[in-house]
Amino acid sequence: MSISKVANSRLSRTIQSIPPSGIRRFFELASSMEGVISLGVGEPDFVTPWNTREAAISSLERGYTAYTSNSGLYELREEICKYLDSSFQISYEPDKEVVVTVGASEGIDLALRAILDPGDEVLVVEPCYVSYDPVVRLAGGVPVAVQTTLEQQFKLTPEQVEAKITDRTKAIIFCFPNNPTGSIMTREELAALAAVFARHDLVVISDEIYAELTYDTNHTSLASLPGMKERTILLSGFSKAFAMTGWRIGYATGPEDIIQAMVKIHQYTMLCAPIMGQIAALESLRHGMEAKERMIESYRQRRNYVVKSFEQIGLSCHKPEGAFYAFPSIASTGMPAEEFAEKLILEQKVAVVPGHVFGDGGAQHIRCSYATSLENLEIAIDRMDSFLRAQK
Amino acid sequence: MERDKQWELLHILEENSRRSAETIATMLDTTVEDVKETIAKLESEKTIIKYPAIVNWEKVHANDLVTAMIDVKVTPKREVGFDDVAERIYRFPEVQSVYLMSGAYDLSVVIEGKTMRQVAQFVSEKLSALDSVISTTTHFILKKYKHDGVILEQPEDDKRMVVTP
Repeated sequence: MSISKVANSRLSRTIQSIPPSGIRRFFELASSMEGVISLGVGEPDFVTPWNTREAAISSLERGYTAYTSNSGLYELREEICKYLDSSFQISYEPDKEVVVTVGASEGIDLALRAILDPGDEVLVVEPCYVSYDPVVRLAGGVPVAVQTTLEQQFKLTPEQVEAKITDRTKAIIFCFPNNPTGSIMTREELAALAAVFARHDLVVISDEIYAELTYDTNHTSLASLPGMKERTILLSGFSKAFAMTGWRIGYATGPEDIIQAMVKIHQYTMLCAPIMGQIAALESLRHGMEAKERMIESYRQRRNYVVKSFEQIGLSCHKPEGAFYAFPSIASTGMPAEEFAEKLILEQKVAVVPGHVFGDGGAQHIRCSYATSLENLEIAIDRMDSFLRAQK
Repeated sequence: MERDKQWELLHILEENSRRSAETIATMLDTTVEDVKETIAKLESEKTIIKYPAIVNWEKVHANDLVTAMIDVKVTPKREVGFDDVAERIYRFPEVQSVYLMSGAYDLSVVIEGKTMRQVAQFVSEKLSALDSVISTTTHFILKKYKHDGVILEQPEDDKRMVVTP
């Protein structure tokens, strides 16, 4: 018996069935090269605003180094509820319907583990963040991909949902504004879906981590629609809008029974989110709104710049209305996304993420993050222009 | 151009006044003419006053300037108040800025000179000699860390990984 077989047999069948993230190979390629301009980064280019950093430093100086309540600091939960109410018109009880998590990522895990029994199907709306499919599997569920398409601006329609529902369908998970497409769902579009969710009694895991980052209309939270709060787990956090990725502070809100089940898992696995990050998050909610608005203004300008520039160099791109990603189609080059991205980085030193890592529906797209300086964007677009010309 | 966009335009120029009208038009999703017209209007109404470069003079060793901040107490004059004496001070080319202050003194004057001696001379011969000036307190600037909202030595590089999901 070979060594690798011996080693493999120690691992669970579930973990063996999960492929490594397709983004890993790209990361290694990009990291090994000098002078790369990266449009591959899924996080803000802003450093956390100073008032927030300073609040964390000061909390350490004053000795805030202990555990917090499992659900998170009460003041933070209270402030999160006020914020959701004033921004998105949804009201939650801080003592029962909120849990502070280690990033929205932990929220995805907690939500799925809290609701799934083995064999339950979960509709995963693709293209999407890389973790949904594997985390459904880790929780014992069966992921069922629902593909949104370029023709419909990567929006989710009731027909697409209906087509995938079986009597094992327990839940649906999606993210709008979307990573990687930048698409959003309007109030009307969500209302059409709400009827389907109610009819099939689905639990909806709505990842709204990019909620604040919309550029043409305000975000509508699914839970704010009639009858939806009781079946929606809203996941969000501080990483994107408040430029706090490395702090790992997110939150989940929803119906009491589900949130308390999530708290149960969280208390046995994580205990609580780090106190320093929670204090920093509290500062962001109390005094970080102006900085947040300035960052959004800057993303909007760069979004406009990138979309127009892609158009000019002949890369067809739908207008992303949220998040900080453009998702142009590379179908006209005849190359699959992976080949395109690899050649682009080797020949022109521009890193983008090939769309297939976000689901099969992304196979003819690349994700370009515009969370980088305008100067970098200008260089990247010049280089991409040269690259596209060379392919003709 | 709408008010909100005009604000954005001012932010863009304040950050980098050398951006082309074409780039700014793309960023604001408007036309080049609109950007040019708005900038012309903002210039003519003196909302935009000038487009200077922020120079870190400490890097130019041949150009070691000294800067002093001077607290000036003055007697205001009937009818013109402090404006008259402020004008007599800000007209000197060595004066970089003049502010009317609340508190222990009246005018805050920033002066640049080639040597400490030159600044001292200005204070004793020009500033103190003015009729309305009652007293001056001179503070020399030893090091500039941040000037007009810009941190002069900015070591902050991008600490993110090159590709993340």
